[in-house]
Amino acid sequence: MTASEIVRMTAAELGAAVRSGQTSAEEATGAYLDRVAEVDGQVNAFLHVDRDTALAQARAVDARLAAGEDPGPLAGVPVAHKDVFTTADMPTTAASRILEGWRPPYDATVTARLRQAGMVVLGKTNMDEFAMGSSTENSAYGVTRNPWDLDRIPGGSSGGSSAAVAAFEAPLATGTDTGGSIRQPAAVCGLVGAKPTYGGSSRYGLIAFASSLDTPGPLARNVLDAALLHEAFSGHDPRDSTSVDAPVPPVVEAARRADVEGLRVGVVKELGGEGYQPGVLRRFTEAVELLESLGAKVVEVSCPSFDAALAAYYLIAPSECSSNLARFDAMRYGLRVGDDGTRSAEEVMSLTRAEGFGPEVKRRIILGTYALSSGYYDAYYGSAQQVRTLIKRDFDAAFENVDVLVSPTTPTTAFPLGERTGDPMAMYLADLCTIPANLAGNAALSVPCGLADEDNLPVGLQIMAPALADDRTYRVAAAVEAALADRRGGPLLAGSAFAV
Amino acid sequence: MVGAVTNGPATSGVGPAPVAFDDAMRSYEPVLGLETHVELGTASKMFCSCATAFGAAPNTQVCPVCLALPGSLPVVNGAAVESAIRLGLALNCSVASWCRFARKNYFYPDMPKNYQISQYDEPLCSDGYLDVTVDTPEGPREFRVEIERVHMEEDTGKTAHMGGATGRIHGAEYSIVDYNRAGIPLLEIVTKPIEHTGELAPQVARAYVAELRDLVRSLGISDVRMEQGSLRCDVNVSLMPRGGTEWGTRSETKNVNSLRSVERAVRSEIERQAGVLNSGGRVVQETRHFQENTGTSVPGRSKEEAQDYRYFPDPDLVPVAPSAEWVEELRATLPELPAAKRARIKAEWSLSDEELRDLVNADAIELVAATVEAGAPPADARKWWLNELSRRATETEVELADLPITPEQVARVVALVAEGALTNKLARQVVDGVLNGEGDPDTVVEARGLKVVSDDSALGAAVDEAIAGDPDAAEKVRNGKVAAAGALVGAVMRATRGQADAGRARALILERLGVQ
Repeated sequence: MTASEIVRMTAAELGAAVRSGQTSAEEATGAYLDRVAEVDGQVNAFLHVDRDTALAQARAVDARLAAGEDPGPLAGVPVAHKDVFTTADMPTTAASRILEGWRPPYDATVTARLRQAGMVVLGKTNMDEFAMGSSTENSAYGVTRNPWDLDRIPGGSSGGSSAAVAAFEAPLATGTDTGGSIRQPAAVCGLVGAKPTYGGSSRYGLIAFASSLDTPGPLARNVLDAALLHEAFSGHDPRDSTSVDAPVPPVVEAARRADVEGLRVGVVKELGGEGYQPGVLRRFTEAVELLESLGAKVVEVSCPSFDAALAAYYLIAPSECSSNLARFDAMRYGLRVGDDGTRSAEEVMSLTRAEGFGPEVKRRIILGTYALSSGYYDAYYGSAQQVRTLIKRDFDAAFENVDVLVSPTTPTTAFPLGERTGDPMAMYLADLCTIPANLAGNAALSVPCGLADEDNLPVGLQIMAPALADDRTYRVAAAVEAALADRRGGPLLAGSAFAV
Repeated sequence: MVGAVTNGPATSGVGPAPVAFDDAMRSYEPVLGLETHVELGTASKMFCSCATAFGAAPNTQVCPVCLALPGSLPVVNGAAVESAIRLGLALNCSVASWCRFARKNYFYPDMPKNYQISQYDEPLCSDGYLDVTVDTPEGPREFRVEIERVHMEEDTGKTAHMGGATGRIHGAEYSIVDYNRAGIPLLEIVTKPIEHTGELAPQVARAYVAELRDLVRSLGISDVRMEQGSLRCDVNVSLMPRGGTEWGTRSETKNVNSLRSVERAVRSEIERQAGVLNSGGRVVQETRHFQENTGTSVPGRSKEEAQDYRYFPDPDLVPVAPSAEWVEELRATLPELPAAKRARIKAEWSLSDEELRDLVNADAIELVAATVEAGAPPADARKWWLNELSRRATETEVELADLPITPEQVARVVALVAEGALTNKLARQVVDGVLNGEGDPDTVVEARGLKVVSDDSALGAAVDEAIAGDPDAAEKVRNGKVAAAGALVGAVMRATRGQADAGRARALILERLGVQ
């Protein structure tokens, strides 16, 4: 099988080809490593690639298969991990200077489960430092470029993962979604990206940004592949107290079912209109019409508290991060600055953190420290938690009448690199539509719904479902994907500059 | 892995001269508050599966969770929650049906996450009490100490300051950190303000800590060894003028690590604050550190420039929600508590107030009870623990309970004496052997050859020798001076290296010399 045949396949097809012996894990891994070597100089999706380790892993998977073991449908399929998941055999930095060169002694649960499933780790992908950002421009190791237009952002914070998959450097990638960090990069790169129900996928080994929001999830070139990856790493983990002890929703089955007949779809009134790019709204409206034409019952739904979601998020997430990132103190691991024998421990901590953290991370630590301070707690953190409750109630009320809610995933398509780096508020608006699902903890997914007329860049349709009803998002997404592919005559990514 | 970094100087200050305790008590009424930390004896840590054994090599009982490696997450140790509920119930607290852990945020090198997982405004147990008894010249007096809360938290690591003369941070060249203790489960027991104790304040404080320690020990949830830090006490003291109603500013004295120190710390702080107030000064709200060698305290950081701990509910953990059924199941597991046990023992052994007080003061009640349980008569058990063993404990400067002898071993020694296999003198030698680590009493008897010489032929030979060796004494005895037999008994005992039964030897001597 040729290398270009391999990288063009879906993950499901590649897994089947490995199982049937048409190709091997080693051959598949080699093909992708070659692709990374060929294009990553332009894209910069990866922070770490280790050819020898990857090939050795691949050979081990081939040996498992040869021995008659059945690790599952993704055995032999390569995967790229966002550099926020710990990997025992590779450095893990969260794209921060403060963790440069750190080698974790343990695998994250997501990492370990995918190894168990026979997937081969190609490398670690770039991201906004500690997952704080919407463009991957906050990485300490350089920007990642959007394969649709190298002068534009790949989204963030999982921008390395989205760019890698969109540039055919990996068939699948993991990401984390705290306020939209999987769905937004998926949308602007023309991919499928899911934020599972909070607690549906384990946070153990995920370097924490905001613990009550962080959710590991899949990025893929199509809905079924995303579902296969979702299923492979999800499920209860006793090492994460917030992990839900419930069966994994039947996402693969839903992705294969792909019908919306009789499904009640709510269009969120508050997520659209003024401030949204016209081309984004046009594709979104068409997607809603498409769903109606496929047999869904569409109604408009109001979720008034969503208007306060962004403000609440930018109090809760920084508050949690101000505490979560306190452990980076130069004492046990990572960067240490100024330890010349004359300075106190506190001074070394202070110098290290000053040099080790980038400006956005510092901004959020300061914001969160302030919001949790005595005398301000009730007005900021306390009020934000109340808003969070109201948002949950809006979702609950909406889901009494509809099965899923839909909105554009992002207000705009991929914006040019550098456009918003000087304006944090403008950057934060990129997550306007995705944040409510994080605050409520329910399931959400972004699926491509075409290219905006103005710039020929991908637009994402966001589908939101109640907690533990992740399968509904896959059902709707698969139906949209199939109908649009029929209409278009092929996958959206076939039109990308990096298509193979 | 260990931060080797220098530390800045500590502040110090000298205040007005203290006022003598009795003088202080004439002008002021003390208000106390006690915060006690108990390290639980669970097999694993509060939020990970690391071992908790005391004294392991530094940084060997650690893992990604208790070292706060990036990505690691805590999981609550159910056994620690169970211990907390049991203590809460024993302290007559109500147990919350739903409560959360909170993060207490502050930077310190021995705290891996730079926040401590603790409980803030939602403690697991609250509003209880503990009755304690204090001796006064007018007889025993009971005080009810009200308990504000019992909450769960994790311990920090241990920092050692190296290269200085004192081992304190001031003057040290660098510091090393052992994280074995980081994450060990702690219960913090906080009293409500303790008022109306007057000059008995130091004793009330001591009696409370002693009673709490016994309570914890009876529950079997901690070994509560103050010298190993598994029970640590912070003492809050404030003074108000006699007849006043408004409490004064309080100080918090830390590092109070023995019962005696609790009493001394309260006393010295009353004397110090009275000195400050008498000289027209103002008591500063501060943390102070108790010094064992002087019995006084030195100032630590001032709380007036206090840190803001930015408490918030820990999002990594789910709420603790003990069901009413579980709480009742745990209530049913409570053992007989120390106060009830004391009352029962006093009645069963027919003890006077003084005898009971001696047992309590010697910290011997549990040991004696266990010895009785192992078969010794109460009087013998008391005698051994209050006399011989208390003396050994004092000599070697350890707590009675820490002597390397068990109640079962003491009971065995008592039994050997009762059987006539040991004399009291030999029994003390056996106890010596046990304390020396030579094994159980029977092993020591065997190894040291300490069996009473009761074989009449061997004893008879020694008696004949003694009579032959001291004809003067023998003659006196024959002539009716029975008291002279003492010298002959002494000779027999010397010849048998003390292993003869002196009574039997005396009877044989008198028999041989024709005196009945």
